[in-house]
Amino acid sequence: MPDSLYYFVQQLLNGLTVGSTYALIAIGYTMVYGIIGMINFAHGEVYMIGSYIAFISIAALAMFGIEFLPLMIIGTFIISMIVTSAYGYSIERVAYRPLRGGNRLIPLISAIGMSIFLQNLVRLAQGSRDIAMPNLIPGGINIGPPEGFSATLSYMQMIIFAVTLISMTLLTLFITRSRMGRACRACAEDLKMTNLLGINTNGIIALTFVIGAALAAVAGVLLGMYYGVVNPYIGFMAGLKAFTAAVLGGIGSIPGAVLGGLLLGVTEAMTAGYFSSEYKDVVAFSLLILVLLFRPSGILGRPEVEKV
Amino acid sequence: MTRHNFKAAIISAAVVIALTGLLMGVRLSQSGGGLIVTGAGPDVYWKIAAAALFMFLFNLFRDQLDGLWRALPGIPKSPAGLTAVTEKPVVRRLFWCFLIAAALIWPFYADRGGTDLATLVLIYIMLGLGLNIVVGLAGLLDLGYVGFYAVGAYTYALLAMYFDIGFWPGLFAAGAMAALFGFLLGFPVLRLRGDYLAIVTLGFGEIIRILLNNMTWLTSGPNGIGGIPKPTLFGLEFSRRASDGMQTFHEFFGIEYSSVHRVMFLYFLALVLVLITLYVINRLLRMPVGRAWEALREDEIACRSLGINPTAVKLNAFTIGATFAGFAGCFFAARQGFISPESFTFIESAIILAIVVLGGMGSQVGVILAAIIMTLLPEVARQFDEYRMLLFGLLMVLMMIWRPQGLLPMKRPHLELRT
Repeated sequence: MPDSLYYFVQQLLNGLTVGSTYALIAIGYTMVYGIIGMINFAHGEVYMIGSYIAFISIAALAMFGIEFLPLMIIGTFIISMIVTSAYGYSIERVAYRPLRGGNRLIPLISAIGMSIFLQNLVRLAQGSRDIAMPNLIPGGINIGPPEGFSATLSYMQMIIFAVTLISMTLLTLFITRSRMGRACRACAEDLKMTNLLGINTNGIIALTFVIGAALAAVAGVLLGMYYGVVNPYIGFMAGLKAFTAAVLGGIGSIPGAVLGGLLLGVTEAMTAGYFSSEYKDVVAFSLLILVLLFRPSGILGRPEVEKV
Repeated sequence: MTRHNFKAAIISAAVVIALTGLLMGVRLSQSGGGLIVTGAGPDVYWKIAAAALFMFLFNLFRDQLDGLWRALPGIPKSPAGLTAVTEKPVVRRLFWCFLIAAALIWPFYADRGGTDLATLVLIYIMLGLGLNIVVGLAGLLDLGYVGFYAVGAYTYALLAMYFDIGFWPGLFAAGAMAALFGFLLGFPVLRLRGDYLAIVTLGFGEIIRILLNNMTWLTSGPNGIGGIPKPTLFGLEFSRRASDGMQTFHEFFGIEYSSVHRVMFLYFLALVLVLITLYVINRLLRMPVGRAWEALREDEIACRSLGINPTAVKLNAFTIGATFAGFAGCFFAARQGFISPESFTFIESAIILAIVVLGGMGSQVGVILAAIIMTLLPEVARQFDEYRMLLFGLLMVLMMIWRPQGLLPMKRPHLELRT
């Protein structure tokens, strides 16, 4: 096979890796939007906090002498998910619950304030410089001939795919099979009616924030280990990208968020690989504008009818 | 003190510890190739413990506190007679005259720094007034307003660099260019619903900044553009020595050269621009288009059934708002003499939005007041500089919870039947 094909495969793999983490973050946007019709602008910052907690807990676990890698990574996931869940819950409680059911712009502005607050909280607590981490899981498998250009699928990328797949499966099972998942779907269908039927809708809304935050933490841990760098400003761009992914797939739809995330990741990787990496953000946002123009409900979304 | 309260108190204390324990109680740093964590010190631990205890007690005695809160006498409302007086058109006109007079004599009392700061306030007032059209009046949340500001600034800077164009033609070019961008962006996206619009405009603002950063052949990228010519007064320059074929201000009037003249001139120029903006917006508000903006904000479906074309009206608001950002950008470029993409980040959009929201959406006095507060606050509270953005974010959230209508909400002239 020619080199150019391997180059393509490599870009595709890179795109799918980043895309699956976008999908994880996008689910947080899409679930919240599906239930209360509001963009949780601070969601990107939750991802950033998840990444910081991952770095902190990896360093802390190493200092406590837990050097066994699988244990360390699982521990990191658990710690990070607990902390971001607390953030997701508190954000909903402080910045959104008092504002529910008013003008749509008001919670959005409050969310922007929350996002600025969290970003600066982390900046004050941990400093604004980049913090880098050595690659914990080096190596990978080569696809292609030993001589010439070959595509590499690193072990880290495999872990990202596997973890994303597991998280998605668990989430789907939770939403479709469990009692609480059914309550979630009922809330997305009709919040007021669900409340009348005796379901604690406030609890369900808080739950969606917690689930979204926990998935953002998974993405934060994975991307933190993949890139090996963290700073307080990564949340803004990641949040914007994940939102783009959610809109791309159809906001409110969980499979749509996954599809949109993968699509966006691949588009970005292809732009970076064949055109210029400086313009990949421009291409991502242009894609968002184009999708909203021609198919405002996204790829898998239901068209929304405005009610009086 | 019920069981329920006790459970809530325990949970809230645990949440506080989860929130702060690792993120604030531990400091991450790098040593050699690895990461290390160190404790943040006893004072931070005490703060965390105090916060957890506070939340614990607050939730434990929540019912009692609610009772106390209700028992407190309410804040006295301003008497009806006072509002009746402030509502009178004569009083309002007097208030505006007083405001303008104060603005006119300010530079003669303040020092150079004070005048410079006031000029900055005026730039923010102009941006706030422009965004107020889009957000406050038309109800379209534009998070990429800084993009138009950047377009205005770069239009003048590039025209001055490549074609030697002066400030005054540059001002019009900048306004026209920003309007064109507003029109081109607005045309496709204004059919979208409110929150989608917010994100698309945000993306647009980012696209502009990234393009300015990367098109190094045109804009010299992150290095920015320097040596942008200062404005002139009918061809009179404000410099020590005149350039070829020009005359300076102090030579023309035969007075001693002073660098304060230029600062004062820039201040008055900004003041004139703000007054023009105010005048134009006030006229527009009383025109059908202005009425349509507000009607559209209140109820889009009702507007449509009354025969108003929502897209056209929104496009109007968007384009006019962008034009004022273009003017402000041009003035900003001329005042600074140097611009780079760094000046046009999202946070700038958020600050302008905060000015509009803090002042009270749609209210022009509110925007002026908020612009003064937002610009002066960081100057006054220098020692809190570190915490500036933190408090700023917190303020935005708290404002939305306690007073979403802003400090000075807009009042529509209306008649009431008294019986």
